[in-house]
Amino acid sequence: MEPAWTALGLSLKVAGWATLINLVLGVGVGYLLARARFPGRDVLDTFLTLPMVLPPTVLGYYLLVAIGRKSWLGTWLRESLGVNLIFTWQGAVIAASIVAFPLVFKPARAAFEAVDGQLEQAARVLGVSEVGVFFRVTLPLAWRGILAGLLLAFARAMGEFGATLMVAGSIPGKTQTLSVAVYEAVQAGQDDLAATLVLITSMACVVVLLSAGRLAPGRIANR
Amino acid sequence: MRIDLEIRKELRSGPRVFRLDVRLATQGQRVVIFGPSGSGKSLTLKAIAGLMRPDEGHVRLDGTTVFDSGAGVNLPPQARGVAYLFQDYALFPHLTVRQNVGFVLARGWLNPRSGEIHEAVDYWLAAFNLQDVAHQFPVELSGGQRQRTALARALVARPRALLLDEPFAALDPALRQRMRVELDELQTRLGVPMIIITHDPEDVAAFGEQVLCMNEGQVVPQAQGLLSVGLAA
Repeated sequence: MEPAWTALGLSLKVAGWATLINLVLGVGVGYLLARARFPGRDVLDTFLTLPMVLPPTVLGYYLLVAIGRKSWLGTWLRESLGVNLIFTWQGAVIAASIVAFPLVFKPARAAFEAVDGQLEQAARVLGVSEVGVFFRVTLPLAWRGILAGLLLAFARAMGEFGATLMVAGSIPGKTQTLSVAVYEAVQAGQDDLAATLVLITSMACVVVLLSAGRLAPGRIANR
Repeated sequence: MRIDLEIRKELRSGPRVFRLDVRLATQGQRVVIFGPSGSGKSLTLKAIAGLMRPDEGHVRLDGTTVFDSGAGVNLPPQARGVAYLFQDYALFPHLTVRQNVGFVLARGWLNPRSGEIHEAVDYWLAAFNLQDVAHQFPVELSGGQRQRTALARALVARPRALLLDEPFAALDPALRQRMRVELDELQTRLGVPMIIITHDPEDVAAFGEQVLCMNEGQVVPQAQGLLSVGLAA
């Protein structure tokens, strides 16, 4: 059972990092889209939602083009920082982050838009700085919606397959996450291992979804 | 408090255009701005507090310029030192009464903790008879308790003026009369200048030391103002 637990550990690590990255990026972009008025805002929203509808393999292909060994960014990373992202777990984190991104910024935007602007004004008149208003009023009131999005993103990152396989490959113990390991086990005819992996994955996703549903009743159940 | 204000603002909503063009100079402890809803009272009050930026003009409070489009002055609401009581009180729903009242005393990124004891907070909780509900959330309060909490929260900051937006509109008639008496006593005791905006003639009778009437975005003579509300009601 050793490989199954290694794969679970790797999946949790990748999903954890992807969620953390989206906590900053997804919530930040959600806030920006909710509050800033600029031309092309809806176009940007649509563009950023693309990872939700594009096939993960297509995203993986784009990522290879963007950060692959022959790309401009990939060359720069290798030559100046000595970093290579392809076929590494860090590459899997980038793939999972992008796939899960819309699941965070969309609910975050909705949650920020639902915060009563009058409460923020009340805090301003009381002399609280703009940063204080965000952390003491806006964020606490939007937090439930954001947390539900983060849990969905975590579950989605746990289950990521296509883009991860394209970018990080399937190196056991290094980049072979649970969902990739299931595919490999079935291909190799290891049915017992596949069954164990599937069970672990399903349990992990059920736990995450249950917590998400509890945090935002209705919002997720109705989807 | 001496208020010297001259502001213009144009608001568009589809094909409709609302023009606010207010000029007023007043001095008094109790100023009532009176007019029908949609006359621009709230916008004027928001311009004083810094919550609405006029297109042009100036706002001076006791000789301090807080807004002047010509000179490029626009103090943020944080720096104006006035308290604003919103029509539905705008209490923070995620904080208890004690935390709401102590909101102003906590600086930085964190809200006051629910158990935090502060002399000024206790003083105002007692002054407004809120000790028994100090641990409750705004949603659990009665209308009168909500208003008292909002007043306590505003006064902890030691504002140089209290701006009240339709302070009694959210209350039922019996309670409205009682809260008028409470506010009257409070103002007399504290001596903090007050600007009240209202569409209710009874508020004018209770607080109208200085009365300004507004209609359709402008200050109008008093008789005309009363008439416009009479017709609207």
